[in-house]
Amino acid sequence: MKIVVASGKGGTGKSTVAANLAYSLLDRHPVTLVDCDVEVPNLHLFFDSEPETRDVFTTIPKVDTDLCTLCGDCGNFCRYGAIAVLKDRVLIFEKMCHACGGCMIVCPEKAISETPYPIGLVEDSNPLSGLRLISGFLKEGEVLAPRIIRSAKEMAEDDEIVIIDSSPGIACPVIEAMEDTDFCILVTESTPFGLHDLDLAVGVTKNLGLNTGVVINRSDGSDEEVRDYCAEADIPVLMTIPFDKEIASVQNKGGLISERMPGWKEQFACMYDECLRIGGVGI
Amino acid sequence: MKKIAVVSGKGGTGKTMVTAGLAEIVKSDLSLADCDVEASNFKLLYPGELLSAEDFHGLDVSVIDTEKCVQCGACLENCRFDAVEITDGLYSVRTLRCEGCGVCDYLCPSGAISMKKRLSGEIFCSATEAGPLAHARLDPGSGNSGLLVNEVKKRAARWANISELLLIDGPPGTGCPLISTVSGMDAVLAVTEPSISGLSDLSRLVGVCKGFRLRIFVVINRYDLEESVTREIEEFCRSEGLTVVGKIPFDPSVIAAVRRNMPVTRIDCPASEAIKKIRDNLSKELDVA
Repeated sequence: MKIVVASGKGGTGKSTVAANLAYSLLDRHPVTLVDCDVEVPNLHLFFDSEPETRDVFTTIPKVDTDLCTLCGDCGNFCRYGAIAVLKDRVLIFEKMCHACGGCMIVCPEKAISETPYPIGLVEDSNPLSGLRLISGFLKEGEVLAPRIIRSAKEMAEDDEIVIIDSSPGIACPVIEAMEDTDFCILVTESTPFGLHDLDLAVGVTKNLGLNTGVVINRSDGSDEEVRDYCAEADIPVLMTIPFDKEIASVQNKGGLISERMPGWKEQFACMYDECLRIGGVGI
Repeated sequence: MKKIAVVSGKGGTGKTMVTAGLAEIVKSDLSLADCDVEASNFKLLYPGELLSAEDFHGLDVSVIDTEKCVQCGACLENCRFDAVEITDGLYSVRTLRCEGCGVCDYLCPSGAISMKKRLSGEIFCSATEAGPLAHARLDPGSGNSGLLVNEVKKRAARWANISELLLIDGPPGTGCPLISTVSGMDAVLAVTEPSISGLSDLSRLVGVCKGFRLRIFVVINRYDLEESVTREIEEFCRSEGLTVVGKIPFDPSVIAAVRRNMPVTRIDCPASEAIKKIRDNLSKELDVA
């Protein structure tokens, strides 16, 4: 069972839900938690441990100046503006390159090869008995977030229960995190911003044909609009977490409510069973 | 024209609330842009009148004509993005995965592949009470949000001769939309909150912004929810040489204002007072009103 936790809007509590959900299942089964919010990963802040680290690379073109005739074919072909062929040399803009390999294919002189270029890293650790945490970190200033996300997910490929914390928004990193999962939990807040962005996120999960449920976080009790929306869209509300100073305080210091406050562990475990039932998958 | 982007490593820290509040109370002639194109919320607080709407085309997408396809497999073998698939012997492109590089089109021996324009969203200009606003909507699941951010900024730049200040509501994160947003700015206002994730995200954000030689100012929102972490953030800012231009208390009026679709500065409350101070501090630091 692979569950992805997402939200159109940032800061709604995705990491909180993912971390608590994972913790609540540990009595029953080993869990792998994958932090795919690679621009600003946070799950490692909840679980202290000594990780093993692996660098993630993309490739960038390398021009053999002895063979290059400065014909310009590579620059003309590149749709990302990553190659500029000047009178006396070829400039490569690493951060623009998508590593499609096209320049290498079109070069008539076979003057282009590829060289690895580091864009971030993946950390793998066992912070608690039964818990595996895989966190992706995009290097500051790099843009190829989906590559890091893919590497992090690949490491968890053979694990049975995988909970993935996605980045906010609705663009390519989110798609990469959602693909090949069985269920999506969308975390929202019951404000007009929250509802607006929830609607966009639902657009994505529908597009992918992904089973979806909603968690309302920081609820002040006025959730009618979100509930009406969910009923209309035929999406179950799986859980409501109230706005509460004690909850906020536990979380702001990096604690888990399922560990420190009574009742939450059971609620999260129940929610998992509900996801299983709706997602229709074993374990 | 001075250009300021309101950003935050993490989403939900209150960027839009701060931007909308400042937009209402600055004295300069103002232009606005909402560069959080994936979750564009600014317009909810400043509805205004729509002046223009244009289609946004991201990178092209490749399309396979199954009639012409000879099933040689060259596209499948050479696509680095796993975008080509075979169903019942027929080749097709998974649009969501295609990055529009054109390798398959180049290699196809039978001319079965073409690159088509992909509609990925819309770009709007609106007249709002606070000033002209450039904003956008990205289609769910589309890539290229960084490209769309650039288009939004281009629209806003047209107003440079009529405004003294461009205020941008930025995207969360530190990836391509953020980098597109902060390039060319004079300053960024980083909104953070007192949690250990808030601090971690702020430090990553500052790492990215430093590469752009911007002035970085910090606002700590809901600072009284965890004052020990607020002190840690202030200590971090001191060590990095960043000015904390304001601290906003937790204030239920903020949610109340959002529920009424208006900037919080229309309500007389502690959060409004704090935003006024931020304006005063910024105008001193940046020499704008």
